[in-house]
Amino acid sequence: MTPFTQHTGMVVPLDRANVDTDQIIPKQFLKSIKRTGFGPNLFDPWRYLDEGQPGQDCSTRPLNPDFVLNAPRYQGASVLLARENFGCGSSREHAPWALAEYGFRAIIAPSFADIFYNNSFKNGLLPIVLDKAAIDTLFTQCDASEGYTLRIDLDAQTVTRPEGVAHTFAVDAFRKHCLLNGLDDIGLTLQDQAAIEAFETRHRTARPWLFGR
Amino acid sequence: MPGQTLYDKLWNMHEVVRRDDGSSLLYIDRHILHEVTSPQAFEGLRLAGRKPWRVAANIATPDHNVPTTRVERAGGLAAISDDVSRVQVQTLDENCADFGILEFKMNDVRQGIVHVVGPEQGATLPGMTVVCGDSHTSTHGAFGALAHGIGTSEVEHVLATQCLVAQKMKNMRVLVDGTLPPGVTAKDMVLAIIGKIGTAGGTGYALEFAGSTIRALSMEGRMTVCNMAIEAGARVGLVAVDQTTLDYVHGRPFAPTGAQWDAAVAQWRNLVSDADALFDADVVLRAEDIRPQVSWGTSPEMVLPVDAHTPDPAHETDPVKQDAITRALHYMGLHANQPITSIRLDRIFIGSCTNARIEDLRAAAAVANGRKVAASIKQALVVPGSGLVKAQAEREGLDKIFIDAGFEWREPGCSMCLAMNPDRLQAGEHCASTSNRNFEGRQGNGGRTHLVSPAMAAAAAIAGHFIDVRALQ
Ligand code: SF4
Repeated sequence: MTPFTQHTGMVVPLDRANVDTDQIIPKQFLKSIKRTGFGPNLFDPWRYLDEGQPGQDCSTRPLNPDFVLNAPRYQGASVLLARENFGCGSSREHAPWALAEYGFRAIIAPSFADIFYNNSFKNGLLPIVLDKAAIDTLFTQCDASEGYTLRIDLDAQTVTRPEGVAHTFAVDAFRKHCLLNGLDDIGLTLQDQAAIEAFETRHRTARPWLFGR
Repeated sequence: MPGQTLYDKLWNMHEVVRRDDGSSLLYIDRHILHEVTSPQAFEGLRLAGRKPWRVAANIATPDHNVPTTRVERAGGLAAISDDVSRVQVQTLDENCADFGILEFKMNDVRQGIVHVVGPEQGATLPGMTVVCGDSHTSTHGAFGALAHGIGTSEVEHVLATQCLVAQKMKNMRVLVDGTLPPGVTAKDMVLAIIGKIGTAGGTGYALEFAGSTIRALSMEGRMTVCNMAIEAGARVGLVAVDQTTLDYVHGRPFAPTGAQWDAAVAQWRNLVSDADALFDADVVLRAEDIRPQVSWGTSPEMVLPVDAHTPDPAHETDPVKQDAITRALHYMGLHANQPITSIRLDRIFIGSCTNARIEDLRAAAAVANGRKVAASIKQALVVPGSGLVKAQAEREGLDKIFIDAGFEWREPGCSMCLAMNPDRLQAGEHCASTSNRNFEGRQGNGGRTHLVSPAMAAAAAIAGHFIDVRALQ
């Protein structure tokens, strides 16, 4: 996994609440058995005017000029600014895969759906929760100045605006540690192999019916 | 010290280690796999040279992309016309064979939607931790099991370590007391709950459904309610164990027998929240106030009683909500203040992990019996949740009732719930659907989904537009 320490990047504002995983990456793209190739289909129903199919060459498809990601001024953005309950819906990890492959490193929103939030960390994508007032300010500033850029520091847990004002955000210590160091969860868990085995033995004795088949 | 909630008990029974940073390793008893979210996990396992920790903890079945017509099904894998779907189903077969995982394959009578199959087989037991790479795993919480959806990285993690890295959630109790009016079902109840607390209302919580109305529900009804906990933002939905739970589990293929059954039951009876347990949040509803529900918008919280009118954005003061209402009305092809009963339907879908169990099919058949699907309806599908549900329904003659009324009787799978197989809406079509998500394009690009109970879906099929099912009864 790509570590995340600091990131300075251009912001693209997606001004809608409850953006769900079906919009982030629609189901026809879930049929892939790979982890890659989802970037061109990120926000497919909003980004293109035709209905996307897996395996299609997206570079020749008609773009929806009204969708914010397609605006010339936001090309190259790596920070997504969003509204309440971003990522609600399914557990598909294809959503953070698509966002990361498109080039996003962080998403800033007032709230996220739980499963999406969790999946993001596992893919080097940092979801940042800021309060609504801060989000409103970011939307206003982003609108007003082309090339609006934020500096994100995971270690310090801050998002710093161009004029130097910093917002701090919360992140739990384990997720932060893994993301800072790009650590593989499985390897970390297997450091506790002995504890898992001991637990399993006790559990089996107390509840043998769980181990039937 | 206050007592423990059911969630606290389940958590404590499965916590392997608590790390310094506050996260824990949670031991997983049952892992259910399907074809969509598992291929990349198996690939990861192989690349790292790892093996499943405890093979017997896993069961698998393809559901999301299997075709539901008899012709396509009869031909097996080779007959799946969509190449990419076929590759996914085949990949699941190969991965299960390689790693020795028990799989109910596409044409096995035990195949079906993961959340129907697990409970039906007794593979979901009270007191278990159950995970699956699918957000509706909350369904299994109906058994007093700690169950939730996980992402593909976690599927790989559970395969390799039998554990999940987890953070303890907060506790919320949804208390529903009283008797549901006739014609009002578990689905209407859970839609009303989501309408009340919103799609993010349960975020960060384990949601326990309690009260006399929940106690009176069958296991099917409880599964419908827990299924949609995720639509209220809660990964976990729970119902305490009682005699109804035990009666359902008894005798199922994976359930314990003999002395082990007795020992299990003795433990399971304790799977209830203590009377003095403290919840971080409480929500209260009266069953008598709940009417048949219909979702009008593009989020499950956009739901109203069938006798209501669509909302008027002009009356909403919060600009974000106002914008959401305007956008949803536009997408759905509706206008403000329109009676719900004036919404005309193009297709009907009775199925999904929310409402494709035998009780759901009985409720829909009771409405369809002796009546005809309106001529204006292009297609009305009934898709049982599993091969065993289908067989049971056929023994009861429900298939005949549906076919006589003009419904199509299909093979089990997810079908039009998410339109990964050929069952889907065309742009602009309205569908009365017993599934759980009405997101834009969920049932087909440009499709318009209205979430309802099976009885309400059948009534809409007969009338051609929404009607209060109670008018037909
Ligand atoms: S029936 Fe629908 S919601 Fe349920 S598992 Fe299948 S696709 Fe998901």
